[in-house]
Amino acid sequence: MTTNALKSKSSTSGQAGDKIFSGTALAAGVLILVTLFAVAIFLLIQALPTFVADPADISGGEGFFAYIWPIVIGTVIASAIAILIATPVGIGVALFISHFAPRKVAGPLGYVIDLLAAIPSVIYGAWGYMVLAPALVPAFEWLAANLGFIPIFAGPASQTGKTMLTAGIVLAVMVLPIITSLSREIFLQTPKLHEEAALALGATRWEMITTAVIPFARPGIISAVMLGLGRALGETMAVALVLSTGNLIPSLIKTGNQTIAAEIALNFPEAFGLRLAELIAAGLVLFMITLIVNMIARGIIARHKEFSGAN
Amino acid sequence: MSVMTANTQAAQPTPPSRKRNSLSKGKLPRWAVPATAAGAIIVGAAFSTLTGFSVATFAIYSAVLFVIAGTVLTSVVEGRRQGRNAMWTYLIYGAFLLALIPLASVLYTVLEKGLPGMNSHFLFSSMNGVTGAVDNQSVADGAPVIGGAYHALLGTLMITLWATLISVPVGMLTAVYLVEYGKNGVLAKAITFFVDVMTGIPSIVAGLFAAAFFGLLLGPNARMGIVAAVALSVLMIPTVVRSTEEMLKIVPNELREASYALGVRRWRTILKVVIPTAISGIASGVTLAIARVIGETAPILVTAGIASSINTNVFANWMSTLPTFIYYQILTPTSPTNIDPSVQRAWAAALLLILMVMALNLGARLIASLFAPKKGR
Repeated sequence: MTTNALKSKSSTSGQAGDKIFSGTALAAGVLILVTLFAVAIFLLIQALPTFVADPADISGGEGFFAYIWPIVIGTVIASAIAILIATPVGIGVALFISHFAPRKVAGPLGYVIDLLAAIPSVIYGAWGYMVLAPALVPAFEWLAANLGFIPIFAGPASQTGKTMLTAGIVLAVMVLPIITSLSREIFLQTPKLHEEAALALGATRWEMITTAVIPFARPGIISAVMLGLGRALGETMAVALVLSTGNLIPSLIKTGNQTIAAEIALNFPEAFGLRLAELIAAGLVLFMITLIVNMIARGIIARHKEFSGAN
Repeated sequence: MSVMTANTQAAQPTPPSRKRNSLSKGKLPRWAVPATAAGAIIVGAAFSTLTGFSVATFAIYSAVLFVIAGTVLTSVVEGRRQGRNAMWTYLIYGAFLLALIPLASVLYTVLEKGLPGMNSHFLFSSMNGVTGAVDNQSVADGAPVIGGAYHALLGTLMITLWATLISVPVGMLTAVYLVEYGKNGVLAKAITFFVDVMTGIPSIVAGLFAAAFFGLLLGPNARMGIVAAVALSVLMIPTVVRSTEEMLKIVPNELREASYALGVRRWRTILKVVIPTAISGIASGVTLAIARVIGETAPILVTAGIASSINTNVFANWMSTLPTFIYYQILTPTSPTNIDPSVQRAWAAALLLILMVMALNLGARLIASLFAPKKGR
């Protein structure tokens, strides 16, 4: 009888504990889902005045679409420059660490590249503002003088160097470690037998990489680039500090252009009323763009995982 | 290719001479690469001097010349395939060196410009009462710069602390749910997917979310430390979930089963067996997550505003953090005519911030290695 009583007592208390604990864990998980949807909902509610307001009251006086369009294009341009620079360099660095560097130094080198990722964005912004922008002025002048016939290099070049191209280069430095560390991991997962088979057939190291490593890693590289793109699209500080903003213009070496994130950061502290709603709406647009890019990237990774058998 | 045509039968008894034998025929000698590099540097310097010498043009000319000369030389002596191999090898080494330039430049800039301003006055005084006139005066007198980042340092610590207090329980419990309870259910899959998506939320959008949320609750322009902490935890939670999840997954199932066999309840097994086994990895993951958010600027900008005096109460009034301090000191110098004191303060704060981030990163590695569970073998 006593054992029965003990048993029932301990089991009920234990069950309660189990229920409470699993309930809390479940609640935490659900909270994350709720938060993500709340991000969308709250931004939508706060942005609503923009969509119902008289178009003449929106900045620029021609409605929200005319306001957001140029800065969406600016965001895309900045990210495109960053990705065009960071992708080849990032893949090169990843290949260097995974297949070229001596085994002993490869680990520490990977850590050095990870350091690049750890540096806060505002410091990159300050560096771009004070060091990189002035240093690039001669290069911009050269571009304007020699390649000025191409619209993107049309002069006269900015004398401060605070241009779209500078911002793009700073962004490239910031997304480089993402592309590098993700593609390095994929490169290291290449089946050793494929590599050795290629080498045994007399392939040079580069031929081994093109025939064995790259085909295996292609989906991984694509998703790494997409994740880098997501970061570049949403990066604020580098652009806010480095770019002298202005209207949308094709030339990358003149003062001008603007990105969504920088537009918000530069104007939000003083904004109120409709302007506040406008900036939140701009944030919503940015959220949607990065969400789509990231979902595509994650989708590629998830599909790749099922087929490759790697993890 | 020419190696193959050479006579490879030779198992000659003659002592190995320093002369090139049949096996190394058709290969570039070892000194060829350094010699090409030296030649490229000399010619590059000459070209650069012709067009007005600068380090940048010198480096670009030399590198281009070296890659072209090395490729052509290898192609001629060793064949086209080896030539391509050599070119890509040089380009990949070049990519790595190129990636080191910004890292070295950033670290050098921060040290060079940050060290002069780094002193106890900077660390332990705020910007309270420091105006443009004060800066002008100190420049005119050649006196040390007045004003520091104490308020921003406190703000950073307070906001990051609160963000950690919010995200660690939520993140860890979610990971426990995913690994121990959810398994492969629909909900667990949805959470995993959206946690991944959350990793990619732009930091400024996280800031806007917190601002919009508290704006609805407390009226527009509700800016204070806790709003910033909520914004940071939106960025921090996914990192905590991912690292905790990875760590819980590698806890051997035998440990759980042994505990169940002793009649221990599931929740006590998780709390007393599973989490203690994984705690070193979890702690290092949390430290890395803190390192990630401590340098965030954009979300603070839209949620906590700026302040020039000390505020340790996250539930009222505006707050500064080190990143926003750097941002405003550079973008809107305290004295528009004499920007040097502001620039000095900004870089000193940047140095302080980098030191904190590096310390957190190293700390994470240290925790992971010091408290790692003993391996069986």
